[in-house]
Amino acid sequence: MIEKQTSKPPKWASKLLEWYCRPELLEDLQGDLHEYFDRNLASKGPGRAKLNFVLDVFKFIRPYTIRKLEILNNLTTIVMFKNYFKTSLRSIARNKLFSAINIIGLAISMSVCLLAISFIAELDSYDRFQKDSDRIYRVKNTYQFLQEDPSGFASTSILAGKLIQEQVPGIEASVIMRRGFSGDARLGEKVVPVSAIQASDDFFKVFSFELLRGNPETALSEPHSIILTDETAEKMFQGQDPMGQTFQIGTDETPYQVTGIVKKPPHHSHLQFQSLVSLITYEEQRKETPDETYWISWSNMWSNYVYLKLEEGNSQEDIEARLMPINDKQNEQSDRVKINISLQPLLSIVGGEDLSNQIGMSMGSEATWIIVALTFIVILSAGFNYTNLSIARSLRRAKEVGIRKVVGATRGQVFTQFIIEATIISLIALVFAYLLFFIIKPEFLNLEPEIQQMLLLENSPKILVFFLLFAASVGFLAGFFPAAFLSKLRAVSVLKDASSTKLFSKVNMRKVLIVTQFTLSLIFIISASIEFKQYKYSLAFDLGFNTENVLNVRLQGNDMDQMANAFSTIPEVSQISKSAMITSVGSRYGENIKYEDPTDSTTLYYNIIDENYLPLMENRFLAGTNFESRPLQEEEESIIVNEQVLKRFNIGTPLEAIDKYVQIGRGDGVRKLRIIGVVEDFQYATIQDGIESFGFRYQPDRLEILNLKITSTDLMATMDKLEAAWDELDQVHSFEASFYDERIQRAYAEHSIIFTIVGFLAFLTISIAALGLLGMGVYTAETRLKEISIRKVLGASEGSLVSLLARGFMWLLVISAAIAVPASYFLFDSVILATAVNKASIGFIELFAGVIIIFAIGFVTIGTQTWKAAKSNPAQTLRSE
Amino acid sequence: MKGTNLGEFEEVVLLTIAALTDEAYSVAICDEIDRVTERKVKLGVVHAVLNRLEKKGFVKSELGEATKERGGRRKRFFTVTHAGKVALTKVKAQRDELWSLIPDFNLKIA
Repeated sequence: MIEKQTSKPPKWASKLLEWYCRPELLEDLQGDLHEYFDRNLASKGPGRAKLNFVLDVFKFIRPYTIRKLEILNNLTTIVMFKNYFKTSLRSIARNKLFSAINIIGLAISMSVCLLAISFIAELDSYDRFQKDSDRIYRVKNTYQFLQEDPSGFASTSILAGKLIQEQVPGIEASVIMRRGFSGDARLGEKVVPVSAIQASDDFFKVFSFELLRGNPETALSEPHSIILTDETAEKMFQGQDPMGQTFQIGTDETPYQVTGIVKKPPHHSHLQFQSLVSLITYEEQRKETPDETYWISWSNMWSNYVYLKLEEGNSQEDIEARLMPINDKQNEQSDRVKINISLQPLLSIVGGEDLSNQIGMSMGSEATWIIVALTFIVILSAGFNYTNLSIARSLRRAKEVGIRKVVGATRGQVFTQFIIEATIISLIALVFAYLLFFIIKPEFLNLEPEIQQMLLLENSPKILVFFLLFAASVGFLAGFFPAAFLSKLRAVSVLKDASSTKLFSKVNMRKVLIVTQFTLSLIFIISASIEFKQYKYSLAFDLGFNTENVLNVRLQGNDMDQMANAFSTIPEVSQISKSAMITSVGSRYGENIKYEDPTDSTTLYYNIIDENYLPLMENRFLAGTNFESRPLQEEEESIIVNEQVLKRFNIGTPLEAIDKYVQIGRGDGVRKLRIIGVVEDFQYATIQDGIESFGFRYQPDRLEILNLKITSTDLMATMDKLEAAWDELDQVHSFEASFYDERIQRAYAEHSIIFTIVGFLAFLTISIAALGLLGMGVYTAETRLKEISIRKVLGASEGSLVSLLARGFMWLLVISAAIAVPASYFLFDSVILATAVNKASIGFIELFAGVIIIFAIGFVTIGTQTWKAAKSNPAQTLRSE
Repeated sequence: MKGTNLGEFEEVVLLTIAALTDEAYSVAICDEIDRVTERKVKLGVVHAVLNRLEKKGFVKSELGEATKERGGRRKRFFTVTHAGKVALTKVKAQRDELWSLIPDFNLKIA
């Protein structure tokens, strides 16, 4: 036995021969070489025999043995193609149920994939309109405080931009920009709010925004120059020639002059602006106070942006290497904070790395990857259906394959046939998917205003080609397994006795596929319910103050007392207070705080309020009193803190803390404030974060928001009244108000978006998996019909028959549940919600409601089919035997 | 059909096929030539010649039954076609004529 094994000629040489040799010569030649091999084996031993065999294989590479280019063969393939197409259509039409299950499943999941494809294609199309977009880079900052994890910022310092311009070779052009310029432009009687990006003079050398009028070289080189977009210019001047016009903006005395008109940035530009103001304006203003140099320091990196266009032949790495010395030199001066600059390609700004402080919109790679992963899972599920059902049905197709092979089909041809069938199904599904795509597209866009702003999801011919390619590859992948399996069947064994072939050796694979499908569906459904609970929990969370019926109105620069008086005349407004910001929705102010020990400091988060705020919000006092109304001019002297401040500095009980002093601020700005009150801890940040030191301060000049307590039965009418009162005082800005509860809802929108998306996907995967299960149920009932009838004749009850048939499937569901429940628990407990301080507990209901639903669906689909089979009359089914 | 000229080795192979009658397949032909002419012939050469002869139409071939030998591969058996027989006879006739022209021929060294 062993000898026989070693005495085989080398396989690879044999394969080589098969590959190059003409089919009509092959068999005989192989035989000859074999015969010589056996001979050599006897006379010269296995080593020489093998060597000779290999040499012979090579010697036989001659013109007459080598296959001709397979033009002839391809010709038959083309002819056969028609036949494959025809048989595929027939097979699809004959098995209506299976085809329907596959097409529906694929169509549903493909519609989601189409969404994802257009989503990614659109992200990718961002900023491509810029000339030489592959040579444009943004300078990004990596900020590291001591040994903490470094964090990435899209912004950088003006200093970085200047140093690069001075010291780094290989850069064709660079532009420094600054955001946050806004003010009211006064054009005689008319007032128009204007916001701008401040940009240095090489703006148009880096970017190719279309300058309609003005000189691109000089338009931004003088102070107080402004370039308007055509849209803004039309709004401001309505038909008049805007070029050269001057107007004041905000409190700046010097008028700004229009030096150019630029076309409104295209939608697919991450950089959006209404107007551009020369950066030199800002620099000149700063230079008026030469002592203050923070604006041009290395660490002032929060609202400036630098974009570079590299010279041709310079790579990102080249330039980054040249930035290293700058980094090293600048970081020498600081021992606690390290700020490093590096480059980010323009084209990966929208879909790439997640950076803070973006100048425009950005989706971030994380969101993109999540979307890709989720849609992949959905399409996988539908693909599994196809694979599963096709293999299950292969018993019926086996004879067809046998006949084809007898008639002369090669393995490759049979394979092609089945792949074509799968592809046809997938293309039919694409048609339906495309229709569904139009239904789900607006839903997706409406999920969040930001998505709507960023994406159009329009159909371009390019996208349609992607769709087609996608459908074809789905068909190929889904059909690959069944095709490979069926094409491997041997004609002789299939035709002699179909049941003797190893058709059912694929049963285990099928089981694995079903389990995977249901596990994924379960994870989706459990995730959705956990997210939903989390969302509800966040909204219902007791923040420690009352947000009900509180309307927050942004003052937008109006006189607050005047506005408050106007509102107070409306009877539905019962109380009015003022604050600097809205707490508990995510943002917060922070400042340094010290108690008696000068070396011990921490961050105090704070809000600035007036004396009416705490009573209106119903914050609970533990000791002390509220602020008293004081005139604007007086120095700030008191503070109200929360319990955490007392704990942090060991100040003792709330009563003891009253009249103690804390120091707020840094350097020259330190203020000594007396604690006049202590409030109970409340959630000033979103509830995922814990509660730390917080204080209320009293600085009337920094108030920006009016908080109105509304007691009204007719909200619409009240809102109209408020708006009317607003419009009376301010004709320029529109009334911006939102209810506190709405703001909180928006702050937790993330949960509701995840819930919506995952819930929807859960619905899809479950439907698809259920369809698959239905198919398997039908198939099982069909193939085992005779068995069932015989069992019935022998006395089996209908109930026992159903349980016999359904048991196997139910086991698969049990296994899926056993995998999915712990997996999703782990996912949420240790990954997604791991860092949240306040979170809803993951309960039995969230974990098992989904399981029960899946079991119910599974039982109904399998049960009905098996029940039908069990009910059938044995006399009918057995008669024909 | 290529030229009908019969080369020397081609003639030998063709004759061997005729001599082997029902057993004429590549390896057997090699062996037979080996035995009769005591020439070491390579399979590759014989194979190429067989292929050429078939193209010229002097032989035809068909695959035999599968056996357990030769790794289960079938043998290709060759038979001489009518054209082959004609060519062989022609060659023989030419030779015979030449022989007949020789007046006195023996192997004794003169």
